[in-house]
Amino acid sequence: MKKITIALLILCMAPFGVLAGESGMPLDRAPIDTTDNASLKRGAETFVNYCLTCHGASYMRYNRHRDIGYTNEEILSKLVLTGQKVGDLMQSAMRKKEGEEWFGVAPPDLSVIARARGADWLYTYLRAFYRDDATHTGWNNLVFDRVAMPHVLYELQGEQRLVVKTSDKGEQKNLTLEKAGQLSATEYDKFVGDLVNYLVYLGEPHANARKQLGIEVMIFLLGMLVLSYALKKEYWKDIH
Amino acid sequence: MADSFSINEEMSGRRKFLVAATSVAGGIAGAAIATPFLLSMMPSERAKAAGAPVEVDISKLEPGMLLMVEWRGKVVWILNRTPDMLESLVKVEGQLADPNSDKKQQPDYAKNRTRSIKPEIFVAEGICTHLGCSPVFRKDVAPADLGPDWLGGFFCPCHGSKFDLAGRVYKSVPAPTNMVVPPHAYLSDSRLLIGSESEGSA
Amino acid sequence: MSNIFNSMLAWVDKRFPLSSNWKAHLSEYYAPKNFNFWYFFGSLALLVLVNQLLTGIFLTMNYKPDASQAFASVEYIMRDVDYGWLIRYMHSTGASMFFVVVYLHMFRGMMYGSYRKPRELLWLVGMVIFFVLMSLAFTGYILPWGQMSYWGAQVIVSMFGAIPSIGETLQQWLLGDFTLSDAALNRFFAYHVVTLPLVLLVLVFVHILALHETGSNNPDGIEIKENKNPETGIPVDGIPFHPYYSVKDIVGVVVFLIVFCGIIFFAPEMGGYFLEYNNFIPANTLQTPDHIAPVWYFTPYYSMLRAVTVNFLGIDAKLWGVILMAGSVVVFCFLPWLDRSPVKSIRYKGPYFKIALTLFVISFFVLGWLGTKSPTPLYTLLAQIFTVIYFAFFILMPWYSKIDKTKPEPKRLKE
Repeated sequence: MKKITIALLILCMAPFGVLAGESGMPLDRAPIDTTDNASLKRGAETFVNYCLTCHGASYMRYNRHRDIGYTNEEILSKLVLTGQKVGDLMQSAMRKKEGEEWFGVAPPDLSVIARARGADWLYTYLRAFYRDDATHTGWNNLVFDRVAMPHVLYELQGEQRLVVKTSDKGEQKNLTLEKAGQLSATEYDKFVGDLVNYLVYLGEPHANARKQLGIEVMIFLLGMLVLSYALKKEYWKDIH
Repeated sequence: MADSFSINEEMSGRRKFLVAATSVAGGIAGAAIATPFLLSMMPSERAKAAGAPVEVDISKLEPGMLLMVEWRGKVVWILNRTPDMLESLVKVEGQLADPNSDKKQQPDYAKNRTRSIKPEIFVAEGICTHLGCSPVFRKDVAPADLGPDWLGGFFCPCHGSKFDLAGRVYKSVPAPTNMVVPPHAYLSDSRLLIGSESEGSA
Repeated sequence: MSNIFNSMLAWVDKRFPLSSNWKAHLSEYYAPKNFNFWYFFGSLALLVLVNQLLTGIFLTMNYKPDASQAFASVEYIMRDVDYGWLIRYMHSTGASMFFVVVYLHMFRGMMYGSYRKPRELLWLVGMVIFFVLMSLAFTGYILPWGQMSYWGAQVIVSMFGAIPSIGETLQQWLLGDFTLSDAALNRFFAYHVVTLPLVLLVLVFVHILALHETGSNNPDGIEIKENKNPETGIPVDGIPFHPYYSVKDIVGVVVFLIVFCGIIFFAPEMGGYFLEYNNFIPANTLQTPDHIAPVWYFTPYYSMLRAVTVNFLGIDAKLWGVILMAGSVVVFCFLPWLDRSPVKSIRYKGPYFKIALTLFVISFFVLGWLGTKSPTPLYTLLAQIFTVIYFAFFILMPWYSKIDKTKPEPKRLKE
């Protein structure tokens, strides 16, 4: 009986050790801290300037950014660029049809992209563009082969080229910086880190509030546990 | 059924205390669980965004004309009153239920005879205070159906309530109070903000 | 004060059987006094049912069963509705926890022989509840209209196409279209929020009625009703459900809520097992995700669906897969008649049953784990082996339960 219980518990744990991600490329760890408002603000401004032209975040309202320490006035001046209202959804300036014509596919909405792809994937992806003359856009990506999106941030990162080394371990793909950009490699990593941090926030804006509320609920439940256990003990004195 | 779980005389003090304490904690838990469910039924962020204050350009609003705009899904009237119309407000006061607007149906800055910030520009929610129909603007003086005493005003076709040109309700009609004046402000001479008194929340 | 209460109660009792039902089902319902850990999961299943109904009602207030709006309306609930995220996570976590609790509840029944005479009907009603629960989970999972919703439903509905001759027509009838589309979403919504919950409520009611007719089984697997106090007619090893098991179940509920809230507040996706990552991508009818897997509670059966790769006995592999998958769930219904052991509880059963049950549990978990993986030749082979073990547990039961070396059952409960 006991043994079965233990075996069951161990088996319960087993599947959770293995995550669903099965991409071939090893991913770099994204520096995520959704309580770091300064980083989130830098990311938000990058997002509005670079991403929102083509991608929407159409489930998110501008005024929600009060979460990360903006005032309504700051939101209007720093984030709302297209003359929309502060309570509006973050729609892309580009129409879906146009996207299909320009890139072959409509650029996906990014509201929950961090929940679909994971922060590490995004962090690696945004740093893994390289020049490839064989593609339509002239760009390719190590973690997303023949991606339709060109490298929007190339002026900042510079241009990378693919180097394939063949050893007895098999093929090894690496990227080398061929033409420097406006930012150094560490600066660019930090820039992308902030952006991905913001995308994580964007995927679940209530996440910090959720955890906060969770702590309060847990404290209450622990108190309730003590009380209900004492009550049970008290009644069960009759039986034993 | 009251025997085993309600607090009764035979129970020990400890048991009484624990039953009471657990019941109280359970009650708190119940209320705490109910709260988010009830709050979820309040207007959502989308509704709030759709109900944001609206800005109206009134530079082209001629005297005697009524402009209708939508705010929070309701019709809001903006009426530019002529001097004759303003005069009529004094004449009808004897027939009104609340001529001094004592009932709080308007912001403090509109608690005056014209029920407005600028005397000639009248802003009100175009909704009858009886049962929510939208009254009709009847500026014709002494029409056949409203009688010789009618100096212009608003008439509700649903149940016959009558209001003067400042939205004040007549005596002996179904509607109980004057019409509601929403919060509003002038951003400039010709730019009127409806739904808020400051620009920041727009 | 208590006088007013008593006279009010008397007034009601003349018009409605309140006190008598309270007594029959709670304060004078005698349950064996030795319930252990495994006996929490029945009342917890009820708790989760209430949670699903309550949160479900509030979700329908804002959800839109329309292929072009469904995904957005879920995100609307998550962002724009006050505490919408909490209600949605309570519902999505509740769905998975429903299966956790029900699987443990079923496993309890298998360990202690709760399906045996006189509780065969109780077990069968329970199995029907389980089928309804699976249908509820399936129809509910479609509603967010994400990639996994869409392609998961596509796979399940295509299974009906495997049925010879009527398959294709049946599939179109189910979908109301030639493909999975808005029409199907709309009707699955109707099933999920009206039809199935109603059926489930009725079945749960019947399940409890049947339980209170036969009385609860217990870890010793003996009938407490056979040993009554001759004066009072009360089973000597029985205690009133209320207050003793009600206060005990409160403790169980609080412990469960700690786990439940832990997931809701700190890991609502549960590592992609409760909310799958690909379901955060809106349904795209033109592109299947690289890797699709059902939610964890369906993966053991899904593994068996995929395990058959060859045609035999003149039936093609696809149909065999469907037959095995359906069979793997339906086979539970035969347990009351497959078990030939003279004793009910695992405590007095012999080594064969213990080994068989352990192997069964292992095969359930391994098949579940394989179901989350992309098939490779090795995984498919493993799935085939464990499918055989899974079914062997049932098919060989009449034999091994009969020849097993059992211990004698006690006359009274041990604890």
